[in-house]
Amino acid sequence: MKQYLLSVYSPEGGTPPTEVLDKIMRDVDLLNQELKAKGAWVFAGGLHPSSTATVVQLRDNDMLVTDGPFVEGKEHIGGFWVIKAADLDAALEWGRKATRACTVPIEVRPFQEDVEV
Amino acid sequence: MPALAASEIERVFREEYGRAVAVLVRVFGDIDLAEEAVQDAFTTAVQRWPATGLPPSPAGWIITTARNRAIDRLRRESSRDDRHAQAALLHARDEPPNEQVEAGVVNDDRLRLIFTCCHPALSTSVQVALTLRLLGGLTTAEIASAFMVPEATMAQRLVRAKGKIRDAGIPYRVPNQKDLPGRLGAVQSVIYLIFNEGYTASSGDRLVREDLCAEAMRLGRLLANLMPDEPEVMGLLALMLLIESRRAARTTPSGELVLLADQDRSLWDRAFIAEGQDLVRRCLRRNQPGPYQIQAAINAVHSDALVASATDWWQILQLYNQLLELTPSPVVALNRAVAVAEVEGPDAGLTLADGLDLGGYRLFHAIRADLLRRLGRSDEAALAYEAALSRTENAAERDFLQRSRDALL
Repeated sequence: MKQYLLSVYSPEGGTPPTEVLDKIMRDVDLLNQELKAKGAWVFAGGLHPSSTATVVQLRDNDMLVTDGPFVEGKEHIGGFWVIKAADLDAALEWGRKATRACTVPIEVRPFQEDVEV
Repeated sequence: MPALAASEIERVFREEYGRAVAVLVRVFGDIDLAEEAVQDAFTTAVQRWPATGLPPSPAGWIITTARNRAIDRLRRESSRDDRHAQAALLHARDEPPNEQVEAGVVNDDRLRLIFTCCHPALSTSVQVALTLRLLGGLTTAEIASAFMVPEATMAQRLVRAKGKIRDAGIPYRVPNQKDLPGRLGAVQSVIYLIFNEGYTASSGDRLVREDLCAEAMRLGRLLANLMPDEPEVMGLLALMLLIESRRAARTTPSGELVLLADQDRSLWDRAFIAEGQDLVRRCLRRNQPGPYQIQAAINAVHSDALVASATDWWQILQLYNQLLELTPSPVVALNRAVAVAEVEGPDAGLTLADGLDLGGYRLFHAIRADLLRRLGRSDEAALAYEAALSRTENAAERDFLQRSRDALL
């Protein structure tokens, strides 16, 4: 079985109004239940805004710590799933459900390692 | 035993390469391995067949030889602890090496492979290149030359695409009924893109380009054989046959473009026309019209007319009305305007054309120029020819536009 990362690409800044956010949370919860029921679930989580991110990197033997996300952009990863799927078609089907639930684009990307079924 | 001509082996290669690769991909689940093994098998065939003659089932021979080569290679590699090789061997474990069985199920394998090559997770240009490479057996150099990109660029594009199929797990499978219409649409547009690339011959090696048309028709025929219940698949094949039937009449021996109305219709290929029209009739009986079928029907009406003046433009206009309803695009509306000009007069056609936002499209200006010329508005026609010329790269088309503009003076 292959594993895929489903990244949620959220627009930077401005959380949607409560009623919209509530519906998204409900739909995401339903999707999580479905993933678990069908044995596709590995892990998932939502992230705080990219303004809370910190980057560490080694430069000329100095450990550099900087405020903010590594790449500045209009969209950042707002959350992700790790799922198990037989092939890309199955993973894309979960991706379609995820983009409907989150109402933002989902990037589907394979992991290098397969897992036991 | 008669000597076997090299052209005969070439023919077997053209016809059976895709088949053999498709079977090997199913057996081993690895495109690179499949391609290498099939190429190996053909190399052996080139050495052996001139002496032995063609085997009873050349496809079966190639597939069995390729399979044995692949298994030999995998055994060598898996003994060195290569995980890929072990996986591919495991994949192949339950496959009976039987030439008869293989020759029977191969059709399904090619169908699977077409859907893999035309998977929506791959970009259109990659879909086209993969289809030509894996199912058509064209070399990377041939594909690069047909699409006017450096060979290294095309090679890299193919390597990346095969890497994505492997690593992202794009399946070798005919899509389920729910996804089939959309996925089949992608396969059809890849085939039609290949055909148009060969037909339009915007520049580049002319022979390679004509090969593209032949290849597209071969793929269209294959798809029609594999999916006989899909009227649009038949419509696409009919459309290509009917357009291709006019190839000899479309240019003069010196390469000048000849418009449909001025073509020597005795040069049209009657066999292609008969086959295309028969397919159109069979489609119509299904009564599930689609864009390819309607375009084929329009071409079938043209093919019916022994002289241009006998063209049933009223029927063509009805078909364009139907096409515009199904695919409301400005290009279809422009073609419909041409039919309107024939039925109601150039004035009516021009009014419709002028309402379209197609200023960047060379044929928009060429069609306007022709309508203006017919209305005796020479100055405006000359400007429109200029506009068309500035947007046309194809030498034959440029020459035609220049001659038409000069004739106004």
